[in-house]
Amino acid sequence: MPVFNQSRSNIIRLIFAGMFLIIAAQLFHLQIISKKYQQQAQENALFRKSIYPSRGIIYDRKGRAILNNTILYDLMVTPAQVKNIDTAYLCQLVGIDTSEFRQRVLDARIKNGPFRPTIFEDLLPPDMYARLEENIWKFPGFNLQERPVRVYPYNAAAHIMGYVGEVDSSILRRSNNFYQLGDYVGRSGLEQYYEKVLMGQRGIEFWIKDNKNRLVGHYQDKNLDTPAIAGKNLRTYLDIDLQQLAERLLAGKTGAIVAVEPSTGGVLAMASGPNYDPNSLTGPEKQTNYARLALDVSSPMLNRAIKGQYPAGSTYKPIGALIALDEGVIDPSSGIGCLGYYYGCNRPVKCDEKIPGHAANLRLAIAHSCNSFFCNTFRLTIDNPAYHGVRNGLMKWKEYVNAFGLGHRIGVDLPSEDRGNIPDTAAYDKDYNRSWNSCTMVTMGIGQDKMNVTPLQMANAMCIVANKGYYYTPHFVKSIDDAQGDDSVLSKYHVKHEPVTHISDNVFNIVQSGMQDVIEIGTGRPARIPGIDMCGKTGTAENKQVIDGRVVKLHNHSWFVCFAPRENPKIAVAVVIENGGYGGTWAAPIASMIVEKYLNDTLRNERLAEANRIAGTNLMPKYLVRVQFRTDSLRAADYASQSGDSTRLLKYIDRANRAMLLDTMDGSRSPLLATIRKMPNVKPLTPRAAPAAAAPASPAQKPDSGRHAPALDTSARPPVRHKAKADTVQKPLDQKGDSTQR
Amino acid sequence: MSQRNPAISKGVDWSLVWIWLTLCVIGITCIFAASYHEGENVIQGFISLKTDYSRQLLFFILSGILGTFILLTDSKFFTATANLGYAFGIFLLLLVFPFHSKVKGTESIIRFGSAFQLQPADLCKLFVNLALAKYLSRVETNFTRPRSQLIAATIALVPAAMSIMQHEMGLSLVYFSFFLVMFREGLPPSVLVIGFSFSVLVVATLLVEPNTLAIILTCVALLAIYILRRQVKRNRSILFMIVGIWFVCVGVQRFVVPFVFDHVFQPYQVKRIFDTIGKDYVPKDQAAEASIENEQRGKKKDNNYNVKQSKIAIGSGGFIGKGLLKGTQTRYDFVPEQKTDFIFCTVGEGFGFLGSILFLGLYILLLLRIVSVAERQRSVFSRCYAYGVASVLFFHIVINICMTVGLAPVIGITLPFISYGGTSLLTFSVMLFILVRLDADRQMVLR
Repeated sequence: MPVFNQSRSNIIRLIFAGMFLIIAAQLFHLQIISKKYQQQAQENALFRKSIYPSRGIIYDRKGRAILNNTILYDLMVTPAQVKNIDTAYLCQLVGIDTSEFRQRVLDARIKNGPFRPTIFEDLLPPDMYARLEENIWKFPGFNLQERPVRVYPYNAAAHIMGYVGEVDSSILRRSNNFYQLGDYVGRSGLEQYYEKVLMGQRGIEFWIKDNKNRLVGHYQDKNLDTPAIAGKNLRTYLDIDLQQLAERLLAGKTGAIVAVEPSTGGVLAMASGPNYDPNSLTGPEKQTNYARLALDVSSPMLNRAIKGQYPAGSTYKPIGALIALDEGVIDPSSGIGCLGYYYGCNRPVKCDEKIPGHAANLRLAIAHSCNSFFCNTFRLTIDNPAYHGVRNGLMKWKEYVNAFGLGHRIGVDLPSEDRGNIPDTAAYDKDYNRSWNSCTMVTMGIGQDKMNVTPLQMANAMCIVANKGYYYTPHFVKSIDDAQGDDSVLSKYHVKHEPVTHISDNVFNIVQSGMQDVIEIGTGRPARIPGIDMCGKTGTAENKQVIDGRVVKLHNHSWFVCFAPRENPKIAVAVVIENGGYGGTWAAPIASMIVEKYLNDTLRNERLAEANRIAGTNLMPKYLVRVQFRTDSLRAADYASQSGDSTRLLKYIDRANRAMLLDTMDGSRSPLLATIRKMPNVKPLTPRAAPAAAAPASPAQKPDSGRHAPALDTSARPPVRHKAKADTVQKPLDQKGDSTQR
Repeated sequence: MSQRNPAISKGVDWSLVWIWLTLCVIGITCIFAASYHEGENVIQGFISLKTDYSRQLLFFILSGILGTFILLTDSKFFTATANLGYAFGIFLLLLVFPFHSKVKGTESIIRFGSAFQLQPADLCKLFVNLALAKYLSRVETNFTRPRSQLIAATIALVPAAMSIMQHEMGLSLVYFSFFLVMFREGLPPSVLVIGFSFSVLVVATLLVEPNTLAIILTCVALLAIYILRRQVKRNRSILFMIVGIWFVCVGVQRFVVPFVFDHVFQPYQVKRIFDTIGKDYVPKDQAAEASIENEQRGKKKDNNYNVKQSKIAIGSGGFIGKGLLKGTQTRYDFVPEQKTDFIFCTVGEGFGFLGSILFLGLYILLLLRIVSVAERQRSVFSRCYAYGVASVLFFHIVINICMTVGLAPVIGITLPFISYGGTSLLTFSVMLFILVRLDADRQMVLR
């Protein structure tokens, strides 16, 4: 025993010290060397909260806010704190029943845990919010939280402004995770195009959270927080009064109106029908409304001004004249003796004017819109011997037309603009097996055949004609508030494009005179505005659709393009009304009202009645009933096959019901027809002074060289269609205008 | 013989008392820091008995009073009652089996009413210490004989076995610390060495691939033969010994360890061990998996989470720590069990590396002081008892802190004087004060 004493006790002491050294080493490793624990501790306890700034405001040219921000409130619930509340009273305030209340609290508990707030009812309508605010203290565990939303004070320019929605996975991916789940981004229109400008910059706040994920205080007294920076405002060229008028005139119709300022390229108004109320896509009902709009086969969310592709029809004729004059294949005194048909090719092309001498020279030909003259001119252009053959001639012609802004994207500051179509030799080679000549596409000269344009392109073309050869890219945004330097975003819109300035002023003058004659003496007389020299051109575009496997010719599209005044033009307008008939019937008066409103700042009293009539006319095609029925029933069948629940399908199968739904005659009780025929709230325009017996809109204007104009109905009832064929079903395909007639 | 000094303070080793005081105060402070919420009324907290730190304060005062009584008692009281105490301890342990209440997955706690609970396995440390000291101090004990060693081991390990039966793995391990006492008293070192190598082998088996390990062992054996070739030439039996050892090692590695891990240990314990090492444990079958889940159901999160959070808490302390009340991890309850088993995190996070080293320094000071006190005793009883106290404290401290820094699997062992828990604080304080009392009479030789 005594022998081991010292050494053993020393050994024991050594063991003690040794273990402690090992522990010290590990502590050293954990606390000094390894950085990751620090970081993980932060992750545990720190909560990075994103602060969303308010989005930029969009103003019109007169400084009125047309897209603004407002605050709506959500009702939040923290389930663990909900104790002893008067459930019935709360349910009454919110408008739900108690079982729904219990379900929501349970859902909140599952979604975010019992200690964190979850949305109980979002985007409260103002009266509900007011009542809740008074009484919220009575309900522990519930609180009101602000949420900024967009609001459209003028209820207009829905397609231009666009809307914001939550990000989805594809956007997240494309943005390289710059966005987080729950962020809002612009999904269409200017909101999308200028997203980076409007969104501002997210701010970050650092909070401390405890192990139950409750936020318990600011971290380091807000030293590390970055503030949110509000989005920049946009100043646009839009005139909201003009825009509202345009939308009103388009009520109940399918088509588009585009008005551009030639000297700057600024878009003054852009309306597309059918339209929707932009405020329906914000606020509490936005999901329901979006679903309804998406399922509507008349595509109310489609911006037809930039995506609608129509045959240009006679509106192309001034361009054709300019090209031919510049090429020298015609001159101002060229004329043609047209008695109603063009016989230069195998199949006669019909001309709507039969009076002899209506195409004695270029000006008259334009004014009376002579098809023969322009078919001939087109053939002369592409058969030009200088190009040795029709293939080169066509390509040269295509170059010209592209220079006028047709057949390619213009570059307006909206997303997803369409290009239209100006065909090249390859298209005809494919269709006609390389054996074609100028007669094959002779109707291209009158704006038919494979030519497709968008209303924006036609407005831009008018700018080129008005400016005599140059244009500025049409765009909405004039300036960005608080922009640093000249934003590269906007600089491209300040570039002057001069694609056809080589065409001499003389040539332009002649064509412009012809266009002025259109309105003075020609097919565009309904558009005349006393005191303003306006140049314009009507168009009546034939179009067809495939209906039930057959190609059916629908009503012509009604076109009108113009610019005014002739000297120092201030506005160029393009209007197309789908299936509206002659250009002079609908498009011309609409365009001239736009011009008058813009130039004179107001409409004449006599015009107000006409404007009300036009606004109240419903021209929606009835075949949409059948298309809507078809898509709805297919969807119901799909649902029934997946869920086994056929209640929705029954109403499409039951014969009596189906007949009722598809009934498009007068007096039909079909809800589908009612939806198409439903007019949005169109307030009649009030006259300035005492209404001097508002003359009923005079269809007294001679129906422009049109013996085929449908009987103009001046009453507010939607005009009855007599052609039964056009009311039958069709599969909606893109319209092919391959007509041999005007 | 018994010249009772009227002043109880004569001979008392005050340094021990001071260290005890410091540690208890640190403990209360840490518990306070771990449960502090902004805006709480601190004084109110201390007076009412609702908060943990106030209860710890109460037990601290109780220990003080008990300690004073012990200091007033005659040392002979302890030698006289050692065996009786041991019997009492065994009795209490037996009492647990029918009367235990299920608390947090252990079956070792008896509750009296709603407030008072007792864990006999904890208390038995004290009795075993005294009994072992008594046994080793008997005149007729010759500790060099294997028989005595075996009896001593039995004294120490019977409560351990009963703890295991009560599913208190941690506490049963503490009883192994008494081997240090026995070592001091003459246990051949080979026992310790074999024990240590065995545990190293087990750990190696878990860490290293079986085949690799076998190869390593073979290489080591061959190396040993090569180095000792001269001795081998002289004495053949050395060769056989080496081969024999190699055989045993491989046998342990190949068969014993898997057998023990599959059939003796509970799956959740195996999982914990694997978690420490950093390997994934795939339960062998449904039953094993189910039992792991069962065990985890009692706790909110699995123990790996505990250790991870603990390491994060300590690691985030850095060099000088975050400040006592500013430790985000411990203040916001990120570390589970942070007032009991993981109390060291508060120190680590609040005071950083510097503070932790100082804290450890305090403990090692205590231990070394106890060893010196032990060495200056004249009676075997006191010396053995002192070493016993040192060993038990050492085991607790080392295993607890290793647990919090991730060097050892999670075993439920408290940190002496610091962890929240009445039984723990009382037991250790009593043990320490008995030591002080015995030390005061170090001039005497106790029988």
